[in-house]
Amino acid sequence: MGTPATRLYRSLEGLFAVYKPAGVHWKLVRDTVETNLLKGINCAPPPALRTQVKFLLQSGAGSEAHKEVTLRPVRLPVLADHPLVTGPEFQKLRVGVGHRLDVFSSGVFVLGVGNGNAKFKEMYERYNTRDYTLEGEFGRATDDFSHGGRVIERTTYDHITCDKLERVLAMIQGANQKALLSYSNVDMRSQEAYELAVRGMLFPEGKTPPILTGLRCLDFQPPRFTLEVQCMNETQRYLRRLLHEVGLELRSSAICVGIRRVRDGPFTLQEALTRQRWTLPDVAQAVCQAHSIRRKSGKAFSQGAG
Amino acid sequence: MDINFLMALGGLHLCKRCCFFLGVRKLCSDLQQSARFLHSANAQFSSVPQITFAASSTRGPARPVGITGRFHKPPQTETWKLTVCQYSDTTVVTLASRESQPLPADPAQTGLISKQPGHPEGSLFGTPPLPDSQAPLLDLDGSPPLAPFEEISEEEAVQIHAEPALPAASVSLGDYVDQSETLQQLLKLGVNLSKLEQRPNVGSMLLRLDFQADVKDRLLFLKDVGVEDSRLGAFITRNPFILTEGLENLRARSAYLRSKKFSRVSVATMVSKAPYLLNFSIERLDNRLNFYQQTLGLSTEKTRTLLVRLPGLLCRSLEPVKENLKVCELELGFRPNEIQHIVTAVPKVLTANKKKLTEIFNYIHNTMGIPHSLIIKFPQVFNSRLLRIKERHLFLRYLEMAQYDPAKPNYISLHCLISLPDRVFCSDVAKATLEDFELFQKTL
Repeated sequence: MGTPATRLYRSLEGLFAVYKPAGVHWKLVRDTVETNLLKGINCAPPPALRTQVKFLLQSGAGSEAHKEVTLRPVRLPVLADHPLVTGPEFQKLRVGVGHRLDVFSSGVFVLGVGNGNAKFKEMYERYNTRDYTLEGEFGRATDDFSHGGRVIERTTYDHITCDKLERVLAMIQGANQKALLSYSNVDMRSQEAYELAVRGMLFPEGKTPPILTGLRCLDFQPPRFTLEVQCMNETQRYLRRLLHEVGLELRSSAICVGIRRVRDGPFTLQEALTRQRWTLPDVAQAVCQAHSIRRKSGKAFSQGAG
Repeated sequence: MDINFLMALGGLHLCKRCCFFLGVRKLCSDLQQSARFLHSANAQFSSVPQITFAASSTRGPARPVGITGRFHKPPQTETWKLTVCQYSDTTVVTLASRESQPLPADPAQTGLISKQPGHPEGSLFGTPPLPDSQAPLLDLDGSPPLAPFEEISEEEAVQIHAEPALPAASVSLGDYVDQSETLQQLLKLGVNLSKLEQRPNVGSMLLRLDFQADVKDRLLFLKDVGVEDSRLGAFITRNPFILTEGLENLRARSAYLRSKKFSRVSVATMVSKAPYLLNFSIERLDNRLNFYQQTLGLSTEKTRTLLVRLPGLLCRSLEPVKENLKVCELELGFRPNEIQHIVTAVPKVLTANKKKLTEIFNYIHNTMGIPHSLIIKFPQVFNSRLLRIKERHLFLRYLEMAQYDPAKPNYISLHCLISLPDRVFCSDVAKATLEDFELFQKTL
């Protein structure tokens, strides 16, 4: 502790969100951020070289026959500490990832640096929902439910109207609501369940299958449509399958054209850093902001509970 | 056997590892002799093989010999060569190994010296059992070795330079840099030793080099070729093997390039940009020059300019270049004269990733609808990143300004689309702010 580089590193420790572009593997995003942060940290001035006293021979004044040989103490730098010999101060950073996004999806992707990685456990073990925007297209069905897959069937979609779609979405939401209640491990007929429900604190605990806590249609222009989803314990493949099933319920077929995560826990699109901002000063600022937001939300949570 | 001598052995045995640093000439020669004696003593035999050998060559007063110092071979039969400490991260290597003929075993005096039987440095001298060989020449008039209690003059005492011993094996050159002249000079040039020590065997190689004998001549050669002083450090960091390449070969190759009518400045640029260039044989360079001359079909002057811009073409293998040319012709559908134009403008296309080339072309030609003729006018598009092109194009399409046909009004050229920095692009081309562009990026 004490070198400028170490102080910079301390300012980075924490969680922050980046916006992952579509078509890029999440690991590439994590590696790029780590490289950029390392570049920034290693720009800090290195610590001064240690010095050590060496005794150099010096022939003193005197005739040829009786030259005096004396030792002269000299303070020389220890070259073993030179940055070109030791290498940069930081060669690796511990950059961890939160809930992952697959190659096809884009959106808020939470990363953590150093000791901030310990906060992931706390964040994801509690009740934590994520918001997605799903763009779908009627008329085709593919094997991996996305527009890049092999087409299995083609159907018409002229018979689909907005209210038919909304009816199907309501049905799906009802089924998920039941699942939410059943996985909450609380007896539905008890007073405790009523009180929790009144405060909005009734939610599933432990390992559950993917559950949608909210589902609505944002936009409907056949064949394209956009849904907004709040869910927990999901995977992106599950969400693509959801669109496929919506198509099936409407006696047609649908594929997913885009998945975009809008919120992951307390991190929203507003805090997410775009590609141009994956540099040390921006990340340090984002970590600081995220820290203050989490403290506020933590307070609100504990006040609600109490 | 002289008791004094035995005790001296004991004392000297401890210093044999720092014998490199004791610059006193006499002491060195005596050490060599006693070191051999120690070895033979371990191997259980003998009388003192007083082998005549000339003392090691004159050394300056107390110059720290360092690990790279070589003891010059005395002209006599003795070929005891103290090899330098090998830097190795996997194997512990010996500090001194024996190259000379094995010492004789004289069973008559077995047990005379019982060196501490389990003593650890025994292994450093190699395997104990000595094969029989001819008897050594005994020099009974030779000077006896220095005993530790013998009085020496003040000057000699002052000149004893006893440093702690260097480790026999290490993973870092930092352990040797304070004692090695070669490493210190390379550090002054700006060579990144921390990067070189990660490459296998390069660290040992650098430690074995002698600055005056090997390194200086090659650095002067590079200066003659025209590499700037400030770039020598980076050069050696990328290609440390230039320091072990034969000087005649290097000179012949640079003369060959000059004979192919590359100017002195061009050769200097090529060597600076592609540090491995002069490590390749003349046949290989010739082969590649002929290939580029024939395949690209450009004039000699243009081929030369191309190779000066991207001299890496002469260092790499030719298969990827052939594949890239095929991709341009078959998948991208460019005609030969168009390919020539692209390659002279952007030589990197010859070594670019094929997948990236096809993806960029696919997006620009099929999604954005730009024809071949316009792409050739701006071949730098193949150098840029697909994600950047996509985001900017989608932003312009959202603003309804995506117009790439020069015949119509509000035409946006590929140059404006791709090569401007973000701020300039947003303000001049898209007529929006940078914040708007970022907000738009978050909707993709």
